[in-house]
Amino acid sequence: MTDVRVFGSDGLDATIAVLRRRGYDVFGPTLRDDVVTYGPIESVADLPVGRGDEQSPARYRSRARGDGALFGYAAPVQSAKAQFLPSDELLWTSRPGDAASGPVIERQAAERRPVAFVGLRSCDLAAVLQQDRILTQRAHADVAYAGRRAGAFLIAVTCSDPADTCFCASLGTGPSPGEGADVSLTEIVGDGPHRFVATPGSPRGTELLDAVGAGPASDEDVAAAHRVERRAVTRMGRELRTDDLVGVLYASTESPHWDAVAERCLACTNCTLVCPTCFCTTITDAGDLTGGAAERRRVWASCFTKDYSYIHGGSVRTSTQARYRQWITHKLATWQVQFGSVGCVGCGRCITWCPAGIDLTAEVATLRAGDTALKSSRAAGPRPSPRED
Amino acid sequence: MAAATKPKLAVWKFASCDGCQLTLLNCEDELLAIADAVTIAYFPEATRAVVEGPCDLSLVEGSISTPEDAERIQHIREQSTLLVTIGACATAGGIQALRNVADVAEYASIVYAHPEYLSTLATSTPIRTHVFVDAELRGCPIDKGQLVELLAATLAGRAPRIPTYSVCVQCKARGVTCVAVAHSTPCLGPVTQAGCGALCPSVARGCYGCFGPQDSANMTGMTERLVAAGVPRADVVRLYRTFNAHAPAFRTESERLAASGPQGGRQP
Repeated sequence: MTDVRVFGSDGLDATIAVLRRRGYDVFGPTLRDDVVTYGPIESVADLPVGRGDEQSPARYRSRARGDGALFGYAAPVQSAKAQFLPSDELLWTSRPGDAASGPVIERQAAERRPVAFVGLRSCDLAAVLQQDRILTQRAHADVAYAGRRAGAFLIAVTCSDPADTCFCASLGTGPSPGEGADVSLTEIVGDGPHRFVATPGSPRGTELLDAVGAGPASDEDVAAAHRVERRAVTRMGRELRTDDLVGVLYASTESPHWDAVAERCLACTNCTLVCPTCFCTTITDAGDLTGGAAERRRVWASCFTKDYSYIHGGSVRTSTQARYRQWITHKLATWQVQFGSVGCVGCGRCITWCPAGIDLTAEVATLRAGDTALKSSRAAGPRPSPRED
Repeated sequence: MAAATKPKLAVWKFASCDGCQLTLLNCEDELLAIADAVTIAYFPEATRAVVEGPCDLSLVEGSISTPEDAERIQHIREQSTLLVTIGACATAGGIQALRNVADVAEYASIVYAHPEYLSTLATSTPIRTHVFVDAELRGCPIDKGQLVELLAATLAGRAPRIPTYSVCVQCKARGVTCVAVAHSTPCLGPVTQAGCGALCPSVARGCYGCFGPQDSANMTGMTERLVAAGVPRADVVRLYRTFNAHAPAFRTESERLAASGPQGGRQP
């Protein structure tokens, strides 16, 4: 028998309070500039109470729901990436020492409070697990990331109101949280009393639910939670066919469709910077005016900048066509070869926050259709050689 | 470092408002370190002292808008080991480059009581059009952090780290809400070079492009989005014609739009 609990919003408030008392910096969805974002929260009152959202290509609007839902919106503007893999991180500083010992290098101490998330979207949970695999479970672990993740406590939430840009159901990353959360919540609004059905996903999740006195859920509570999930699945605004993505993208290297995308693409980098799985960073060094002190920082990078592919002699991907092709081919195809899964969790942020409203699902569908046409017209002809760009 | 071996710095002014020079004086925390690291050979905004050339680093503010200035910049280039232009005037011709798409005589007759006393060129052009430029700092005005980075890099003999990607990179890095997507505010951030730290979007204003075009600016794509957001095409022309009106990407697109009339631009 699965351990399933239930509590009201007072229980959720108690959960936040316990986590804070135990020394966590608690993050959760909160309204800032009329946009839901993950930020520091101290109580249930900091959540976007009664707020929903409307998301479509290049458009985001917050709206009043007319109920007291605490999690009644789709993906926040930014994922948990901003907390676990920050956009700008000081790695070390150096200052002149005495002649014998040379420069004094000080690494940034990893002494920070552990992070807890309350209300992490299922898509964002899936993205955290992807970044864990990529950044900590390969040949060389990313020490700074691993340090932040090691102590983190994750309370994920079922998405009850997907947006027009959502397609997590296509990727199996939602609307209900999968493995990896310490506690998974489903909020029930307008179907009996306002309550949260909570499933522990780890021993410390169980311990926390015990600590806040969360009692066992009834069969009706569990059934209501299933109804929330089923209703969300039918309300996904978009769909991404995942079969043979590798074949489709590989066959599309010379597609004329890249030109059509590049007419619209502004090469602004927003898609990559809001993507919860995009993990590219670069290193910047700076010295002061005296030439004595220096510092090294790690900052977010994007494959949509010209500088990203700069090697001796110039940039490899000078055209926007080449950059979009690189991004989507990696995200959906070569990512599978490299990391064993599709690099997309279906959160739809790249669609909402693209100022040109470019829709990854639509572009793949076009490439898929073009691939079919190409295959039937070329039959067994030789594959074209990759263009130099 | 002995005084004799300190690099000599000069700050020159052409057609401009002096705001970029003032950015140097506004480097309050770093000003003493700067003054300690270099000999200021010529900087009328700061000192009346003049040290004989040549100089190691010339910062040049302003655009070329008179016959005399077209000559003067040649002499400055000859005296300078490194010449770096600072600000929208020096790098793109500035707001005064609006004359490039108008009749300067008509402008002069409106502004001056005695336009016959003026000696001016028909165009306002960036320094780069006249002499070789080693590096450029964009912006109206320039960013203090970029100026300090340029000076530190020059003193250390390394290349300055001046990104040429879009303003959006800095918006996202700072966690600034996208004003275009969340509020439908017209914003030139996607086609504009970073450097300001996303100053205007951080106070919920659209970027007005004061750092000029980014290295991969898709101007026709930007126009389509602005028009789709409800900006009349004539107003899109005005958005591109401000401090960087003469910057190639902005100029080409504004001329394309203007030439195609009020309903112009890419046809559906």
